[in-house]
Amino acid sequence: MRHFLDFEKPIAELEAKIEELRQMSEPQGPEGGINIADEVGRLSAKVERELRGTYARLTPWQKTQVARHPDRPKATDYVAGLITEFTPLAGDRAFADDAAIVGGIGRFRGRAVAVLGTEKGSDTESRVAHNFGMSRPEGYRKARRLMELAGRFNLPVLSFVDTSGAFPGIDAEARGQAEAIARSIDACLAAPVPLVATIVGEGGSGGAIALAAGDAVLMLEHSIYSVISPEGCAAILWKDQAQAAAAAEALKLTAEDLRRLRLIDRIIAEPLGGAHRDPQAAVAAVGDAIALALAPLAELDGTALRARRRDKFLAIGHDTLI
Amino acid sequence: MSWLTEYVRPKIRTLLGRREVPDNLWTQCPSCQQMLFAAELERHRRVCHHCGHHLRVPAPQRLEWTLDAGSYTRVELPKVAADPLRFRDTKRYTDRLREAREKTGLEDALVVAHGTIGGHKAVVAVMAFEFIGGSMGAAVGEGIVAAAKLAVLQQAPLIVFTASGGARMQEGAISLMQMPRTVAAVQMVREAGLPFITVLTDPTTGGVTASFTMLGDVQIAEPGAEIGFAGARVIEQTVREKLPEGFQRSEYLLAHGILDMVTKRADLPATLARVIGLLTVAHQEAA
Repeated sequence: MRHFLDFEKPIAELEAKIEELRQMSEPQGPEGGINIADEVGRLSAKVERELRGTYARLTPWQKTQVARHPDRPKATDYVAGLITEFTPLAGDRAFADDAAIVGGIGRFRGRAVAVLGTEKGSDTESRVAHNFGMSRPEGYRKARRLMELAGRFNLPVLSFVDTSGAFPGIDAEARGQAEAIARSIDACLAAPVPLVATIVGEGGSGGAIALAAGDAVLMLEHSIYSVISPEGCAAILWKDQAQAAAAAEALKLTAEDLRRLRLIDRIIAEPLGGAHRDPQAAVAAVGDAIALALAPLAELDGTALRARRRDKFLAIGHDTLI
Repeated sequence: MSWLTEYVRPKIRTLLGRREVPDNLWTQCPSCQQMLFAAELERHRRVCHHCGHHLRVPAPQRLEWTLDAGSYTRVELPKVAADPLRFRDTKRYTDRLREAREKTGLEDALVVAHGTIGGHKAVVAVMAFEFIGGSMGAAVGEGIVAAAKLAVLQQAPLIVFTASGGARMQEGAISLMQMPRTVAAVQMVREAGLPFITVLTDPTTGGVTASFTMLGDVQIAEPGAEIGFAGARVIEQTVREKLPEGFQRSEYLLAHGILDMVTKRADLPATLARVIGLLTVAHQEAA
């Protein structure tokens, strides 16, 4: 069963009609079948037009919903599709393994790399197992450990970010959530190897930047990247969660906004109707974009990479915002 | 809640109907509710002499109480683009900024000075909670970077007093980017072999805690300060549990290994001077 968002209702209706026609056509003779095929073709074209129109004009709030779409490819889908010989590595060596952040080593187009991803899960069971992509300190400490490992063995780091944010829990605070995030950002900036971060769904605040302070930051077209969720922002500034759409607008959280503010390096186009309509194509597009971003970075040595990365972040706000 | 709203009119004023009594002659302790006479409160460095509660301190006052008398100079901080998002909620961000500037006399939520503490040179940055909740946007981030550069230039330790509700939401992802920017600032100080000391004051939360604050070589907190990443209300709603006694307070963090020490305000300058002295001895001898 395909999951439709509210604003996709006209598309859902058209597709339901197509499905109905297809089922009707089967038991019927060839004559009726031809007419139905015509009708299906006509409706399919209409669906495409509708999708094109709708997705070209998504509001920031609609993009937020697409970015959170349950069928949207998740971090592990990108790992499965892009990384061969993937070897998961677990644990922070101190307390636990946090499944909200997956990590390991493998090959990206033949080259050995380290991989990190915030994983939301794709069904009830896996969502619970991955804590809906909300990491505790152990996840960030594992990320830091793997970034340091990558540095020692000269492996570029690829991160796939999709999280509503770090887990807000008593245990997380007690074990130093803030410190874990700070050290993870520190590790990102200190890594003597290329770090290519891709925001594939939700880039939620500190929990996202902990894995995304990289040389190249890519964003899928309908993903979002924000300092706070629209709902959270609305609750604080509007004192009304129902104002989330207005907050999404004001926060400038779309890939296009972030690119205009020069806070990210590149937007990756999504398949028509969003990554969830054609996960395979989305994964391939992300792979191509990563390869493109990685190529020039692979030429630089560790010292140059670190200096360049630091300068890039320090320059934010200097050349662009006035 | 800012320090200004903590001021309440003494009941006696309405009783006597006298108008020449200034509004801020009395302050109520937010902890024990005792009325505190302004001059006496200042003499105790805004610590309630009844219950020991540490009230919030305006940033410029903090410089005065930290650096040696007459030793320090305020530094002008770099200007940043105002309101790059043209943010508007129930109010325009530019209006909020203007009001905060009028109210506090500060440009943004950070002041920086260089001078000496107990005779040791130091660069001190203080976050101003009274300025839009001490929230960190481009100006604060730029100020931390400037303070780090100054510390490296002067071969002096960097001390940051934190007081912040977190990120400046009105600057969207730009405020988020101040997390890696301030971490980069800490790396500059670290690479220069200089101590980076954070003093966490009430409150220190969100992206400010989860960036430069938690990277201190030594991390000191004032007693009873609220310190954490996620807000207590958000946690309560998420886990639907009652928060433990003293949760996210300085003493709780100390017990959980996240801080080096909890130090009373009156003892801070001497403690800072001692720590700086101990950490920079090798540095001085090598020089």
